[in-house]
Amino acid sequence: MTREISFSEAIREAMSQEMRKDPSVFLMGEDVGPFGGVWGVSYGMFEEFGEERVRDTPISESVIVGAGLGAAMMGMRPIVEIMFGDFLMCAGDQIVNQAAKARFMSGGKAKVPLIIRVTSGAPGSAAAQHSQSPEAWFMNVPGIKIVVPATAADAKGLLRTAIRGEDPVLFFEHKMLYGESGAVPESEDFMVPFGQANVIREGSDVTVVAVGIMVKKALEAAARLEKEGIQVEVIDPRTLVPLDKDTIIRSVQKTSRVVVAHEAHTRSGPGAEIAAMIAEEAVEYLDGPVMRVGAKNVPLPYSPVLEDFVLPGVEDVEKAVRASLGR
Amino acid sequence: MQSTYSKEFLQFLYRQMKLVREFELRAIEERRNGLIPGFIHSCVGQEATAVGACAALKVEDVITSTHRGHGHLLAKGGDPRYMMAELAARSSGYCLGRGGSLHISDFDLGILGANGIVGGGFPAATGAALAFSMRKEERVSLSFFGDGATNQGTFHESLNLAGLWKLPVIFFCENNLYGEGTHLNRHVPIQDLAKRAESYGFPGVVVDGMDVVAVYEVVKEARQRAIAGGGPTLIEGKTYRYRGHYEGDPQVYRLPGEMENWLKRDPIPAFHKDLLESKLFTPEELDAVDQSVQAQLDEAVEFAASAPIPQPGEALQGVYAETHNGLVF
Repeated sequence: MTREISFSEAIREAMSQEMRKDPSVFLMGEDVGPFGGVWGVSYGMFEEFGEERVRDTPISESVIVGAGLGAAMMGMRPIVEIMFGDFLMCAGDQIVNQAAKARFMSGGKAKVPLIIRVTSGAPGSAAAQHSQSPEAWFMNVPGIKIVVPATAADAKGLLRTAIRGEDPVLFFEHKMLYGESGAVPESEDFMVPFGQANVIREGSDVTVVAVGIMVKKALEAAARLEKEGIQVEVIDPRTLVPLDKDTIIRSVQKTSRVVVAHEAHTRSGPGAEIAAMIAEEAVEYLDGPVMRVGAKNVPLPYSPVLEDFVLPGVEDVEKAVRASLGR
Repeated sequence: MQSTYSKEFLQFLYRQMKLVREFELRAIEERRNGLIPGFIHSCVGQEATAVGACAALKVEDVITSTHRGHGHLLAKGGDPRYMMAELAARSSGYCLGRGGSLHISDFDLGILGANGIVGGGFPAATGAALAFSMRKEERVSLSFFGDGATNQGTFHESLNLAGLWKLPVIFFCENNLYGEGTHLNRHVPIQDLAKRAESYGFPGVVVDGMDVVAVYEVVKEARQRAIAGGGPTLIEGKTYRYRGHYEGDPQVYRLPGEMENWLKRDPIPAFHKDLLESKLFTPEELDAVDQSVQAQLDEAVEFAASAPIPQPGEALQGVYAETHNGLVF
């Protein structure tokens, strides 16, 4: 049974359903309590679960993440919310040097079922420190899983997988996706596995691997290109770590052309890793270069005109598809 | 002092301090021999703070430690064999040879880990206390750290949150007058770090870090307060390390005369003297303890030296609890 709910409601549903079942799951972060979360994701949860399990914290990202780590080590299942992905840098050591490495450094004994939910992406004129897409900063750190849902159903299913899993997860929620609706299963057990990409649109001419908000932009580009007779296959990896390489490579074998699109800056963005992986493992199938679509390598500007110039849009995906076809 | 405590307990304190001291000296030797490949940050001189504090904790309590953590780990119940094996990078070590001195942990003993990041352990100790509080368990966490760490942002964030939520965490500062190579007077504008607790709404207590019983008593009281819902305590043990920040440190930064003065207050000979003066112990009894410690360390080194070296492929294990579709990542 599915019904239309928003991306944000789907996340709230996953959290609430899990919290009703399992008393060790709790939510902690800035303004998540009576305020309902700055993005409204935890709206109503404080009223249902109370202040013990939906905790407002001071503005202290290091201890928000690090206390989550400590509680996780002691058998709780914390979901910590970081208001803007940009602020992950305030908690950098706790994510990179502590949470990501605790299990390995302890010889596999530390338990770290810590979920770090964080908003990412540009909502428009939020400027350089409130608009970033930080997935790639952490892709280079072994030990943490990186999840980027692009649909409401995936948001619910992936978050549940994260919550029931045993590893630290960075869960990126694009701000502009919160209001997007989709068909979401009601089930309290609906899960989407990690490491399983979604071929959201089939096509035989070009593969577009799109991350997060770029999934819907890639689909729009694909619809426009179809009118010109170009059939685009759109793949949503859903998790960047672990990455479903097989699905991507199978598609490359079919189409021989690839574009990778993400809102993160192009230089060393998620696309760089995916492109390198394709070049290593499927170069013989490629008929052209792997094209990357991302934000230009400058801090995100405040002015809408400037921001628009820097951020990747539907036209950029279209252009890249044509370039990959040599047109 | 001694009349309040059983002979057994006093001997335990003495033996634990000897164990820490001799372990460190032996580890230093084995580092020189090449059995131990990595850096050692020894805690020689700081035995009373480690042992006194951990003696006041129960096995179900947890600690976070520092880069200078061997003493904390042994005092919390760490087995010298598995510790030495970890330092020697063997598969029989506490962390299967993957962590080393800076990251030794054992969750069964409540050791959340030594830490290679100054100030890295405050948040986890705070979070552990949060878990205990949420589940209404009578357990505390104790975070060991040095004077240098009180300047890290995590100190402020963690103490603030712990004070705000009245969490059962004890913050134990071993002020040994140096943040790495920089004297206290050149890295903080105050003298007593315990005063910093006032900003967070809980007590700050200074204790003589060279007096193992004094340390024990202060931590015991802090533990009781925490269990009773009274929240955190910041304890500052004034102590000194007799060796460098790391083994090999040329220590050009020591103030003249400082080492000599602190050596006179070495916690182990001081306690040895007290025990004899109390008439509870004969010199022969204490010698027997010393010998048993040496024997235990001989065994630990032997164990480590003959323990298996990890296979290269082990480096790919234990990164995640769950893999997906057999993906290696």
